[in-house]
Amino acid sequence: MATRSWTQNRDAKAAKLASISSILDGKFVKTENAKNLLESVINPGDKVVLEGDNQKQASFLSQTLPSVDPEKIHDLHMIMSSVSRPEHLDIFETGIAKKLDFSFAGPQSTRISQMIADGTMEVGDIHTYLELYARLYVDLIPNVVLVAADKVDREGNLYTGANTEETPVIVESAAFKDGIVIVQANEIVDKVPRVDIPGDWVDIVVPADEPYQLEPLFTRDPQNITELQILMGMMAIRGIYEKHNVQTVNHGVGFNTAAIELLLPTYGEQLGLKGKIVPNWEVNPTPTLIPAIESGWVQTIHSFGGEVGMENYIAHRPDIFFVGKDGTMRSNRAFGQMAGQYALDMFVGSTLQIDKYGNSSTVTNGRLSGFGGAPNMGSNPTGRRHSTPAWQSFRPDDDPLGKGEKLVVQMVETFGSNKKPVFVDHLDAEEVQKEAKLANVPIMIYSEDTTHIVTEEGIAYLYKTDSMAERQAAIEAVAGVTPVGLRSNPKQLADLRARGIVALPEDLGVRRSEAKRSLLAAQNMDDLVKWSDGLYNPPAKFRSWS
Amino acid sequence: MEKSHFNFDTKEAISKPVHVGVVASGDLEVIFRPTNQETEVNVVTGSDGFKEVWGNVLKRFFDRYPIQANIEINDFGSTPGVVNLRLTQALEELKDEK
Repeated sequence: MATRSWTQNRDAKAAKLASISSILDGKFVKTENAKNLLESVINPGDKVVLEGDNQKQASFLSQTLPSVDPEKIHDLHMIMSSVSRPEHLDIFETGIAKKLDFSFAGPQSTRISQMIADGTMEVGDIHTYLELYARLYVDLIPNVVLVAADKVDREGNLYTGANTEETPVIVESAAFKDGIVIVQANEIVDKVPRVDIPGDWVDIVVPADEPYQLEPLFTRDPQNITELQILMGMMAIRGIYEKHNVQTVNHGVGFNTAAIELLLPTYGEQLGLKGKIVPNWEVNPTPTLIPAIESGWVQTIHSFGGEVGMENYIAHRPDIFFVGKDGTMRSNRAFGQMAGQYALDMFVGSTLQIDKYGNSSTVTNGRLSGFGGAPNMGSNPTGRRHSTPAWQSFRPDDDPLGKGEKLVVQMVETFGSNKKPVFVDHLDAEEVQKEAKLANVPIMIYSEDTTHIVTEEGIAYLYKTDSMAERQAAIEAVAGVTPVGLRSNPKQLADLRARGIVALPEDLGVRRSEAKRSLLAAQNMDDLVKWSDGLYNPPAKFRSWS
Repeated sequence: MEKSHFNFDTKEAISKPVHVGVVASGDLEVIFRPTNQETEVNVVTGSDGFKEVWGNVLKRFFDRYPIQANIEINDFGSTPGVVNLRLTQALEELKDEK
């Protein structure tokens, strides 16, 4: 019997590391040798994870990768949760990379769509963050991972701080399966403030020429919140948060949910809801939550990532946020997504299009944006077994084996600011599927998972509908003068209102005349700074000196 | 600049004139006046080419709230949602005064 080696991967890794001994000093490679390093440790066809989500980017390594010789390194299978930077796509044009598995492509969504159509890039699939992380351990186990850290000590221990995000889940998938872990470092220090990732898991550290890219993605200036968003927020608080006794929640990134955050300390207080709803949050540290935190509405917040400018505020509120012994926040995107899927009563998000059946997508004509985390949070986890009052409020009375459901709420204005209808008969995503030759239509949140739709006209309680025809009628009733909404008629509306399937503001006791900006707990960034006692430090682009 | 005119067959009389909103970017002012004539809406808008949308917004409003009034609207590029908000806010003011 021929003897098989059971350590081929380990041996191959050892050989690779031995081959770069001339540029290696302990675990450190000099900045100027980064290109040489990548050419030496990456093989053609390798699976390579390049760290980058919607906030943090391993930008030094992503800028180095296009400089490698395509004769030596080609046909890479890239795995990236977010395709955000131009060079992420440049490598497909030069042949360095061939295939892509990803989650989100916001800033590059137009170009990626074109490259797929042109055949420049082969797409494996579009994933949610959690799915992509999961596959790193099963059928997308990486050969090389390229990640970013704030501080690294001589042993390679990493401090990733508030923006730990997805670094641990990526590093673990390589470190224990003979993949090579390469870290770009903002700073080399004698001692890290705390160990976010043990040095034992790290193979190579390269000091970066500049700090990694970090976007303040979740900062919403209250100045831009409109009266319609305030009206929708008031309806949601009364008709959903209060009605279903919601305790645990995730908010999407939009102005709609920012409005709700700023209405809790004012409108929510008037309704006597303080202490009764939403004490526990899975959400990024959005500055618009500061007034709700300061006025005692929020008890705990776990975060997927950090938020630029919130560091010092968070450091002073360890009872609320997850903070290390060193005094800085720790985030974790994988755990955040897990919590978002399984531990929440409710997800509230927004979208660019909703079809007549209630399916929604942010993939619009020519833009293959992907979804990030919304489908995880915006879906009913059928594997869930624990119960809460909100979950249980969906349990059918007539089924002895029935169980609850997560609240999945979509909040949209019927027309976008470009005057295009949000409610459509067919999602653009159906066309995009054909153009990009995807296996499935890229739907963000399916109708079957959507329990409520809130528009400026009212709330459609989709979970109360008995048939698809009734569900469509409920959507039409709140879809304004979009082509879908125009199918609604007064008789149908009266019937849906009588049965509690549709509620207009007057049915919820919400006065439209109260939907004024003065109802927001903060009117602008300056107010947020004041609420924070000067601890919040807004990024430059959100400052005004008027 | 575009002017349009609409009529509706609605019968719930209003008691007083009301004025809501301002002409500002993305906003509009709405003035309701009592009338015993046919309901009439005159729209002056800064955004051209949306006459059909105006007709739809107004029909939906009067389907739901069949008031009899003379209505003047001066608009500066509002979305249909904002138009409906101002119309329904004006309605709330009428109810308050009853």
